[in-house]
Amino acid sequence: MSTRLANGGRLVNRDRAVSFSFNGKQMRGFEGDTLASALLAGDQMLVGRSFKYHRPRGIVASGAEEPNGLVNLGSGDMFEPNARVTTTEVFDGLQAGSQNHWPSLEFDVGAVNAKLSRFLPAGFYYKMFIHPRPLWKHVYEPFIRQSAGLGKAPKDRDGERYEHFYAHVDLLIIGGGIAGLVAAKAAIGSGLRVLVVEQTAAWGGRAPVDGAEIDGMPADQWVAQTVAELDAAENIEMRTRLMGAGVYDHGYVLGYERIGDHQPGASLPKHRLWRIRAGHVLTATGAIERPLSFAGNDVPGVMLASAVRDYAVNFGVSAGDRTVVVTNNDDAYRTALVMKEAGLDVPAIIDARDGGAGALGAEAEAAGIRVLKGKGIAKVKGGKRVTGVATCAMAGEGTPQEEIACDVVAMSGGWSPVVHLWSHCGGKLLWDEHHAFFRPDPERAPTGAAGEAFVSVAGSANGAMALANVVVDAAAQGVAAVKAAGGKAAKVAVKAEAEDMAAMAPVWMMPQGAKYELRTKMWLDYQNDVKVSDVQLAAQEGFESVEHTKRYTTLGMATDQGKLSNINGLAILSDALNQPIPQTGTTTFRPPYTPISMGAIAGEARDTIFQPLRKTPMHEWHDAHGAHWEPVGHWRRAYCFQQPGESVEDAVQREVKNTREKLGLLDASTLGKLIVKGPDAGKFLDMLYTNMMSTLKVGRCRYGLMCSENGFLMDDGVVARLSEDTFLCHTTSGGADHIHAHMEEWLQTEWWDWKVWVVNATEQYAQVAVVGPKARKVLQKLGGLDVSRDALPFMGWAEGEIAGIPARAFRISFSGELSYEIAVPANYGQAFWDKLIEAGEEFGVMPYGTEALHIMRAEKGFIMIGDETDGTVIPQDLELNWAISKKKEDFIGKRGQERVHMTDPDRWKLVGLKTVDGSVLPDGAYAVSEGSNANGQRNVIGRVTSTYHSPTLDRGIAMGLVKHGPDRMGERLEFPKVDGTSVHAEICDPVFFDREGEKQDV
Amino acid sequence: MLTLNCPYCGIAADETELSPGGQAHLKRFGPGSSEDEFEGYLFMRENPRGVHFERWRHSNGCGKWFHAARCTSTLEVFGTYSAQTVEPPAELRKTISEKRPGWSWGEFS
Amino acid sequence: MKRYSAFAVAREAFRHHAGWERAWRNPEPKKSYDVIIIGAGGHGLATAFWLGKNHGITNVAVIEKGWLGGGNTGRNTTIIRSNYLQDPSAAIYEKSRSLYETMSQDVNYNIMFSPRGVMMLAQTHHEVRGYLRTEHANNLQGVATTFVGPEKVKELCPIINIDGPRYPVLGALWQPRGGTARHDAVAWGYARACSDMGMDIIQQCEVTGVRQQGGQVTGVDTTKGAIDCKKLGIVVAGHSGVLADMAGFRLPLESVALQALVSEPIKPCMDVVVMANTVHGYMSQSDKGEMVIGGGTDGYNNYTQRGSFHHIEETVRALIETFPMISRLKMLRQWGGIVDVTGDRSPIIGKTPLGNCFINCGWGTGGFKAIPGSGWATAEMIAKGEPGPLAAEFGMDRFKEGRFIDESVAAGVAH
Repeated sequence: MSTRLANGGRLVNRDRAVSFSFNGKQMRGFEGDTLASALLAGDQMLVGRSFKYHRPRGIVASGAEEPNGLVNLGSGDMFEPNARVTTTEVFDGLQAGSQNHWPSLEFDVGAVNAKLSRFLPAGFYYKMFIHPRPLWKHVYEPFIRQSAGLGKAPKDRDGERYEHFYAHVDLLIIGGGIAGLVAAKAAIGSGLRVLVVEQTAAWGGRAPVDGAEIDGMPADQWVAQTVAELDAAENIEMRTRLMGAGVYDHGYVLGYERIGDHQPGASLPKHRLWRIRAGHVLTATGAIERPLSFAGNDVPGVMLASAVRDYAVNFGVSAGDRTVVVTNNDDAYRTALVMKEAGLDVPAIIDARDGGAGALGAEAEAAGIRVLKGKGIAKVKGGKRVTGVATCAMAGEGTPQEEIACDVVAMSGGWSPVVHLWSHCGGKLLWDEHHAFFRPDPERAPTGAAGEAFVSVAGSANGAMALANVVVDAAAQGVAAVKAAGGKAAKVAVKAEAEDMAAMAPVWMMPQGAKYELRTKMWLDYQNDVKVSDVQLAAQEGFESVEHTKRYTTLGMATDQGKLSNINGLAILSDALNQPIPQTGTTTFRPPYTPISMGAIAGEARDTIFQPLRKTPMHEWHDAHGAHWEPVGHWRRAYCFQQPGESVEDAVQREVKNTREKLGLLDASTLGKLIVKGPDAGKFLDMLYTNMMSTLKVGRCRYGLMCSENGFLMDDGVVARLSEDTFLCHTTSGGADHIHAHMEEWLQTEWWDWKVWVVNATEQYAQVAVVGPKARKVLQKLGGLDVSRDALPFMGWAEGEIAGIPARAFRISFSGELSYEIAVPANYGQAFWDKLIEAGEEFGVMPYGTEALHIMRAEKGFIMIGDETDGTVIPQDLELNWAISKKKEDFIGKRGQERVHMTDPDRWKLVGLKTVDGSVLPDGAYAVSEGSNANGQRNVIGRVTSTYHSPTLDRGIAMGLVKHGPDRMGERLEFPKVDGTSVHAEICDPVFFDREGEKQDV
Repeated sequence: MLTLNCPYCGIAADETELSPGGQAHLKRFGPGSSEDEFEGYLFMRENPRGVHFERWRHSNGCGKWFHAARCTSTLEVFGTYSAQTVEPPAELRKTISEKRPGWSWGEFS
Repeated sequence: MKRYSAFAVAREAFRHHAGWERAWRNPEPKKSYDVIIIGAGGHGLATAFWLGKNHGITNVAVIEKGWLGGGNTGRNTTIIRSNYLQDPSAAIYEKSRSLYETMSQDVNYNIMFSPRGVMMLAQTHHEVRGYLRTEHANNLQGVATTFVGPEKVKELCPIINIDGPRYPVLGALWQPRGGTARHDAVAWGYARACSDMGMDIIQQCEVTGVRQQGGQVTGVDTTKGAIDCKKLGIVVAGHSGVLADMAGFRLPLESVALQALVSEPIKPCMDVVVMANTVHGYMSQSDKGEMVIGGGTDGYNNYTQRGSFHHIEETVRALIETFPMISRLKMLRQWGGIVDVTGDRSPIIGKTPLGNCFINCGWGTGGFKAIPGSGWATAEMIAKGEPGPLAAEFGMDRFKEGRFIDESVAAGVAH
């Protein structure tokens, strides 16, 4: 059984106990424990079930590479699935539950899959469930889906918060082990801004666990001293619990800091996403131990040798009473020694090498540990927990020789440098024959904005495995990195004694000639249940590319992204293809290094602050007076103003009637207001608009159309000439920024010698449309500016004061009524609105919203950008030829409109549509003609672009685009509805109301 | 995540401050141009794997358009320069030639 | 070829699966073929498949620079739908969707087509009108879609937040027979079926030149030597510009990065595909349990298969707004692909200035869903020498004529 040792545990505080629960069982741990160490301390080795076969799964590792120990954590709005027990710090009140089983972890019905595993090899689902077709959708797939997934789906909104943080540094060092710390010493006093980050809560990495000595002192002491020294350096920032998650182009690095995870309820953000820009990045991310492939290597109790050692040294936890070590290298001998020293039984070290280990081998034998050389494990005994191993000769096909009882198998297949961050942005790898691993190829580093190598690597991540080599490599890489970042490097001299180590021997399968039955029990990917036999089958079936094999078998696609399985799988594949490993190559490393929360990626921007909200100066008034809001870009506009008990539809109808009969107010502040100024302003606007703007007289307004170079109508609005060299261009509400950018683009990149300046003054003015037969009366009552017909005629504008407020009034109408659009400085907006409401009371004033605006313009046959246009419509389609200058040689879009398809007489043109029965035509309906096209689609000859119930005419009115429409007045068209019936409508003039325009020009 | 030096602000601008604007050094064809010329101007784009000239706007900064010379296969930036020019500056072309001998792009090399 | 079936799997189970053959042969190129297809992605393989199936042309080589299905076929978010607005798009995507329905049987390979339904959310009035229009158009195009209200949206996908404070859900365009498929299996299934018809799929073979005589294509130069052909199909997505250059013509294309990401796997919680175009993101849950997430493209030319992180950020933010629970999931992996985008963001299927050389490209962000239909139409064009009705509107000349097929009309994110 696994248990807490009486002594030891350099990371735990035995004075501070914490209690937590696992599957409802109350357990105890210490501050500083990970959930994994606390579970093991309570003899909870079994922590989950695998994905495909629901095999029992125990803790394998002690860090980010753990594939098995994933739990449901917390509850309610703090619930989190797939929390990795090895990187979850335990805290008081933590609730964890195992995943992927029913009804319980110990007894899981899904484990029947394991019995059927011979029928479920790699890719079996591609070969099955093909016939009969309906069964896939209704039976097989639902069944497969139900058994998929690991953790439970969260149900609630997230109860925690997240934040983003920016950092700009000259040098970023990722990894706070010995290599990272040695390298950082080179930056002391360098004049560089330096950030050193470590993913765990503790500095120092593995060296203190291995009992190393550095500069003649114990590693722990050296680490403490060095961290203090670096902390004291003003130019260096040190951060723990901050993982380098991803390296992106041009020195952009994503950091993932876990702030609230281990202290919930502390009112801290759960995670902080660091967006770091670094001049140079040095990764000192260490190495990860590889499992060995022997039969039964997935039975709970089979663990990485380094993990067994970590639990003992860091947490004072023994993974078991009897530990068999199986290895192909010297390092795992340390585990045997640690366990022995803790007073536990180590019946054997099984070393695949005929020659055994160097100095550590002698030490082990001196400690009385039996060392079997040239041997392997034929089979692991046990179901939910290891009970023993059968040994065999490494060279044979696995005939059992001896059974050794044990409850832990500590395995080591060698180490693989953590090259993820190096590879994210294109760093290439080379195969190191001696150590049998991929390491960064310094000749092919990721390159930055200037083409320079912007990532370098130090320590075991760089392939320097022994500590003596790590400190030398890290010092050199640190100095080089400081120089690469443009700093003056400090001298770094750190010493560690070289050890006498024997070379590791690559062992990809144990024993070498294992027969088929054994190979089907050798797990490569524990979580996804990919075995040696699966990879061999993939190769047999022609999935020769490593990417093919990965996808066919799902090797390395689990939540650990192949941290344990990739190299082993690659080696098996290479062997099956009879080619060297580097020729097979690796799969692509993609960010993030370990999964990071979506909450952290999104940051603070949630709910009401999801996107910026733009409000007009009168927004609060609208909100208090029944505004039914609609989003228009980032603006909110009132769709209508509901009175108590009134439906949205009724409110809209009332607003139209009231405006037509009395007086309506529209908040038009969102309309874009661009000031175009300069000696060439007229010439510029002549290019921008289809009509002639340079001839507009000061004091007058003109409606204009703007097209893209492609000829399509993109915006419209009224242009007012403020002075000889100044124009005010109104754009649509959504269009202001876009049109401003459009103007700047042409001015800066095509006509840069023209003297024109553009300012977006949209937010400088509040604008109110005062509309209706009583519009003039209310303004006259407020007093000031002369708004009489003579002083301010239709399509004119005037400036002055209204009710003491500086104002500019435009006599323009989008409703067909007597109408003034009045702009006042934004900070007067609410005051002006209040005065209008107050003065208008006797005239029956009511505010109206965007829908009433739309209906009134449709009654008048005015087009609306976004309704009558959709990016494929040219002004000619909308019968707007009157607004297209024939005199101008050029304007943006003119050439585009001359193309064959644009001048085609068959283009659909704007007409009015009146249903025969007076009903409202369905939005978006198409008019059909006889027959179908070559693809069997019904032939269409037109469509509805705007359709409303007109309160003024008390019937449905619509506009639409119809083939040869204007020549077919009075013809009836059929518009099929989606329910199978049809509506018939007659083609008519699009102006339904006040054709002569008498009402607006009074 | 690119950074480009805004030639107007003189600072390294983060991609989030910038808006991409497509191929640089387009010659506008208006009324009177042929079908081929107009199609070429609006649609036929240089799409090289390698040296590319493009337009950017420092939209969340000074608002100015500028040009950048960039490698589309490594994202290396050879330089940025004013948008008020019809060809890449000679100095920049020399720099590119040193880093990518034999490059060509449209009518430039 | 041995047929795949549950019986075959059972038979093999009792002999260590030793009897499974290679899924596709690995031949050396012959001296000449009737048709060479450059590009063994989904579209190229589908083209070859239908050349054999519909037109009896099997003396075909499919030449691939890397490994088959290794481009965008294996990097997309696997959405299949045909609820397009414009007639030409609706026709080819619906053809494609219907071919997906029977593909597993057609190629004897389970591609796991899952018609779980696709929902496109309307979150502004403008979007509501746009989707009502699409619904009407689809109704006449033979594409089964309906516009559903917010309650139905909630019923179909309970994890959606329909009352978000910024963009409440006003309804959705619902295509019940849209869905997803296993992307790799589509390439593998076609490859196996093509190989079985006697076609040669030649991987790790890069085309270095296009040979021509008198304005007609005669073959290609490759890293495995020169190969002659009577007809040539170029189906290479993001690399079309490079191939067109070899063949001596230009294309109205730009190559940009499109990114996607997956979460860690969780138990099933979402039975439909949801696209939210106002906030810019889409999501579905894979059969493994991962939430598969995508967004918009980067705006600049790029061949690195790496995108800019701020797009990931925007997409995730948008989807948390739509599905608040995903905030507590973790991103497992993000990646990028290079998509080739045309001036109207619709594909090009057509003849080229070079005789007997045909092109299929420009699928942008919408390629996966089009694979079977695109192959069908391209095969027809290659076999007959002229585009048939499905391809007719997608020729290159449309840009000159101003005859666009613009789908952005209905949705901001064309996917």
